[in-house]
Amino acid sequence: MIKIEKRNDVPMALYFFTPFIAIILTILGGGIIFYILGFNPIEALKFYFITPISNLYGFSELLLKATPLCLIAIGLSFCFKSNNWNIGAEGQLTFGAIVGGGVALLFYNQEGFYILPLVIVAGAIGGMIFALIPAILKTYFNTNEILVSLMLVYVSKLLLDYLVVGPWSNPEGFNFPETRQFSDSSRMPLLFEGLRIHAGIFLALAAVMLSWFILYKTYLGFQIKVSGLSLKTAKYAGFKGKTMILVVFMISGACAGLAGVGEITGPIGQLHRMISPDYGFTAIIVAFLGRLNPFGIIFASLVVALTYLGAETAQIFLQIPKYTGQVFQGMILFFLLASDYLLFFKVKILNLKKNELRH
Amino acid sequence: MSLDISFIGILIGSIMASSVPLILAASGELVTERSGVLNLGVEGMMIIGAISGFALMVITDNLFIAIVGSMLSGVIISLIFGFLSQSLLTNHVATGLALTIFGIGLSAMLGKNFVGIPGKEFPILFSSLKESIPFFGPILFGHSIVLYFAFALPFLTNYFLKKTKLGLVVRAVGDSPVSASNQGINVILVRYCCILYGGAMCGLAGAYLSLIYTPQWIENMTAGRGWIALALVVFATWSPIKVLIGALIFGGITILQLHMQAIGFRIPVQFLSALPYLMTIIVLVVISRDSRKIKLNTPTSLGRIFYKEK
Repeated sequence: MIKIEKRNDVPMALYFFTPFIAIILTILGGGIIFYILGFNPIEALKFYFITPISNLYGFSELLLKATPLCLIAIGLSFCFKSNNWNIGAEGQLTFGAIVGGGVALLFYNQEGFYILPLVIVAGAIGGMIFALIPAILKTYFNTNEILVSLMLVYVSKLLLDYLVVGPWSNPEGFNFPETRQFSDSSRMPLLFEGLRIHAGIFLALAAVMLSWFILYKTYLGFQIKVSGLSLKTAKYAGFKGKTMILVVFMISGACAGLAGVGEITGPIGQLHRMISPDYGFTAIIVAFLGRLNPFGIIFASLVVALTYLGAETAQIFLQIPKYTGQVFQGMILFFLLASDYLLFFKVKILNLKKNELRH
Repeated sequence: MSLDISFIGILIGSIMASSVPLILAASGELVTERSGVLNLGVEGMMIIGAISGFALMVITDNLFIAIVGSMLSGVIISLIFGFLSQSLLTNHVATGLALTIFGIGLSAMLGKNFVGIPGKEFPILFSSLKESIPFFGPILFGHSIVLYFAFALPFLTNYFLKKTKLGLVVRAVGDSPVSASNQGINVILVRYCCILYGGAMCGLAGAYLSLIYTPQWIENMTAGRGWIALALVVFATWSPIKVLIGALIFGGITILQLHMQAIGFRIPVQFLSALPYLMTIIVLVVISRDSRKIKLNTPTSLGRIFYKEK
């Protein structure tokens, strides 16, 4: 028979091992879905997870997609670690891109080394300001940050839509909903000729290192972790709860803003309606899959980026809608959360005689 | 366009129609939340309801099967949430988010072959009365049966929660799962039922969109209504009657926005479209400011994991 016991403490090895279980289960689940849809599951999974990264271009695309996911998830890890549910990173990304893009458009016919740093900083500040809205409402008006941050996603997307069809639309653009192309000085330098991977990846790596330092080596990181474990303890220790909420939201918003700027100054090069395929939402999954650990997030961002690429490849080769990516992403989170059960409970398979059971 | 009395009647009728999915989804979610479970998967369950309703209508050519099927599919998809959050004790927020992402993806996958297929006309009741009575006609008559059900639902929900024994059980489980459990109530079972009920209502809300309101399948056609429904529950401070009022306000903004666009009101379309979302934020701020008021009605154990040592 099976006996379930509550564990006293979570074994660390298992804590970092269960994400792999979740990934394996997701691949199996994906195979089953493909089978039901009438595809050869092995072949479909090959198109999904192997074909996309079987050449250098594909690998560069993987890093290109992992960059914004990693950046946003790093920021979110600050919020989630301290029990702040910022789920509006997509809006912060969009607003960051609007502010950064606005600066880039100011310099559309100029060149200069100072332009790109200005654009990047503007984007980070934009994201930060946008994230401050739910944070301030939470701290001073007791408002639920989940709903506010989410509602603001729609507001920011509508604002972007207004700008690209209205005041910021390209005057020579035949009324297409897009702005002018940014000047070369506003573009992220490409790392290799012929590949789309750009310098934005260094922003993501810097964010990883910095977040590791803040979380594990500073007093602020200590405060964040303690408040995540127990708000009462944090209060008792005299931590300034309100300031911390504002700070984690600002960090998270700045990271999302950077991700937005990275997209528009990197592969896109202008503003238009579709600057992000929901990176802000998918990054929530990345943050969890990476166990809110900076290095775990690097790994998780690569895995989840592969679901985007795989969905595109599968769309081309198998004519499956690219939304399958979201099915995989949802499944990863389902399985990850489910496998967490193993962290908190010990499942023992007992094979004892009846009287021994009673002891 | 003249603002005569019959036009206002038609306007009110269309506001009612646009608030139906919000009423259905929010009423369902309200019962779920009253039992102490926060399911953020409303959007995902609605979109699954929308595609399954539409697909069943195309396949079986039977609207009854389509409506019932959409509710069943809502139940099935909410079962995933129930199993994870209740049996495997996962975090409600993360599980609900996963459900929404999964639901949107799955609906697009399932709906691949249904894009561009025209819908079927849904029968409306008392259509002759709608034309013959000015003002009240378009308000009271000529709607689908789902609309009448939706407008009765908040009152039924209110009655259920306040006057029936089962309703008391649901509230007890939400407010104090430990003492409810000590009274011999199976907390997990009650929560499962409330989650599945919420799923059924969200499925119906989705089917209303794809079968009645805009009879066709469009990818991501719920367009954030699930999230507004979630906000509505907080807006209504977990009171079913206020859900009805809130849904009408939101429906009103949506319709007003369309008419203002039609008149050529000189405000960009996007700002009007953003109104419902901004309005939600403003309302949340206003009602949350008074923490006593919101605490009084919030199910005490909302979103907390209940675990009973066996």
